[in-house]
Amino acid sequence: MRTRAATRAGQYAALLAYLAFLSFPFLWLLSTAFKPPRELGSLHPTWIPEHPTLANFRQAFDEQPLLRSALNSLLVALAAALIAVCLATPMAYVMARRRTRLARAASGWVVVSQAFPFVLVIIPLFLVLRSLRLIDSQAGLVMVYVVWALPFALWLLTGYVRAVPVELEEAAAVDGAGRLRTLVSVTAPLLAPGIAATALFAFVTAWNEFFFALVLLKTPEKQTLPVVLTRFIGAEGVADLGPLAAAAVLATLPSLVFFALVQRRIAGGMLAGAVKS
Amino acid sequence: MRLRLIAILVLLLAGCASPDGGGDGRIVLRFQSLAWQDDSVRATKELVREWNATHPGVTVRYVQGSWDSVHDQLLTSFEGGEAPDIVHDAADDLADFAHGGYLADLTRLLPARLKAAIPRRSWDTATFEGRVYGVPFLQEPRVLVANATWLRQAGVRIPTPEHPWTWPEFRQVTKELSGGGRYGVAWPLKEPVSATLNLSLSAGGRLFHRGPDGKVAIRFEAADEIVPRTVRDQLAADGSAPRTTLGSGGSDTLPGFFGGRYAMVPLGFSYRQQIAQQAPKGFSWQVLPAPAGAGGLTQGVSPQTLSIAQDSPHKKEAAAFLDFLLQPRNMVRLALGDWMLPTGTEALKDPALHTARDGWATGTALAAHLTSAPAQSVRGYPEWKDKVATPAFQEYYSGAIGLDELRRRLERDGNLVLARYQR
Repeated sequence: MRTRAATRAGQYAALLAYLAFLSFPFLWLLSTAFKPPRELGSLHPTWIPEHPTLANFRQAFDEQPLLRSALNSLLVALAAALIAVCLATPMAYVMARRRTRLARAASGWVVVSQAFPFVLVIIPLFLVLRSLRLIDSQAGLVMVYVVWALPFALWLLTGYVRAVPVELEEAAAVDGAGRLRTLVSVTAPLLAPGIAATALFAFVTAWNEFFFALVLLKTPEKQTLPVVLTRFIGAEGVADLGPLAAAAVLATLPSLVFFALVQRRIAGGMLAGAVKS
Repeated sequence: MRLRLIAILVLLLAGCASPDGGGDGRIVLRFQSLAWQDDSVRATKELVREWNATHPGVTVRYVQGSWDSVHDQLLTSFEGGEAPDIVHDAADDLADFAHGGYLADLTRLLPARLKAAIPRRSWDTATFEGRVYGVPFLQEPRVLVANATWLRQAGVRIPTPEHPWTWPEFRQVTKELSGGGRYGVAWPLKEPVSATLNLSLSAGGRLFHRGPDGKVAIRFEAADEIVPRTVRDQLAADGSAPRTTLGSGGSDTLPGFFGGRYAMVPLGFSYRQQIAQQAPKGFSWQVLPAPAGAGGLTQGVSPQTLSIAQDSPHKKEAAAFLDFLLQPRNMVRLALGDWMLPTGTEALKDPALHTARDGWATGTALAAHLTSAPAQSVRGYPEWKDKVATPAFQEYYSGAIGLDELRRRLERDGNLVLARYQR
């Protein structure tokens, strides 16, 4: 009994240590955001700011259009996540359920397409978007993000679809449910965790993305948050650390909120279990 | 349900797309600025506003760029034919763009006033094969930022631009200042190549030698050894410089500087802004010239530049805007905003740049010694720097290799790289 308690305590200690490891960068960022310049240059930095200030936040908002760029990022990321999920879900279903040559080729292509680094595709992509008149357009950026997120989203969702036993769909058919009814009432609820995970992935990818946004968006009013954040960094990597940390804290919050909203569905869905096989 | 979903998608995309403005007969120039300090952004925007108010036929649209990834962003824009008309960059980034035909030759575009306002040595930084591809307008020397109290108490001679330290004297002083876990100097050598090469000009080092056939060869000669050997001796033999800062950027050394661990830090002149902001109350600091040698106080610099895109249909108007933006008084405003030095001879006479406060006068006195680094116009330099020189200098400074091995790598491996670009 005592051994089991000791093991449990050890597990919790390890978990806490892991949690501390994961949250360290964010907590340090939070601490930096509230420090005045003199504390930022201190040889013995403290976790809790000795003279906490909101000046960094004020300066960040004064110098850069953070709110507008955050709204741009939100719009682009939400649109990309929504479209990616809408496209990937039926595609993943077909790829998982139909074991045809085409489906296998598509799966192979999905894996191969992830091998291309963005520096390789950026110039051709730029030319394609220019011919479509989608340079300096957030719609063009959404399209890029959807295409960029789609392979991984497909791969992720295909796995989730495969995990839903086909016997469940067959049982629904035996009970007289039509194809659509089976998909909506039986398969879709079981796929919810996968859809939530895919949406989260597509959202965070688009929210954090910097280079495509930098290259494609010219008009300052359309630019997204990661592009605006780099304006706190000057030549040779010299950074305006306080305002940069303040702006980065604000940039991190929507991802955290979005994750908090969907994580219950991800965890809940995983734990729910469907049938005994 | 499905219809509602489609409607949401359409609305989202419609919300994202918006028509591009302009197109009413006026000339619109896009000016991508990399100004980033609050004061310099404000100054640049004010100057754009002043231009637009006085030139109704030519509107300049300010586009905020970023130093981060500027090369890749510009390259993509040039390739895609969507580059801004006026491009802000640094001289050492221009060679590839100039050779690629992306930038306009400014030789005939610029007015005589502007050409005469900036000295030849500065023009050289943006001149490739006899053509001018950028207007160098802001520059910064590397200086020694020193703990004034520490130096005064130690009783060492304080160098001035008129009587700078020699490299051996600098080494001796840092030795005297060290001890008890404190160091005379901290070298932030995250980018060891540009720091070493630019400072080596003061010792007469050139490293890159252009032959009569126009081809460049690397030769690591006695004069090129002086700066790297001094740094290595401070690190290894004297213990007057800590090894821990070798991989650091300039900002990373400031807490140790403020905390009394290092007496001096060699930094770019614009770091003073950060120092003025972050220094603890009562901390007394001063700006000293970098040591001098056979080449005097000469230093290589890569000034910030303004260029005109080759694809711009309004090059003449863009050149007129540059002439306005770089009037002496405007150059001073931009320089003060970025805590840098203007290149213009007339601008450098401004009293604001000759005050002792924050070390302005010392930096301004060095302006006459700033020149183009010999490597800057060499094709293949970026590859040589990344693949050969950076690891070689890092290993040399860390003590992993000796001077002979450093020479062998810089020369043998380096010349192989350059040969590919000079066929």
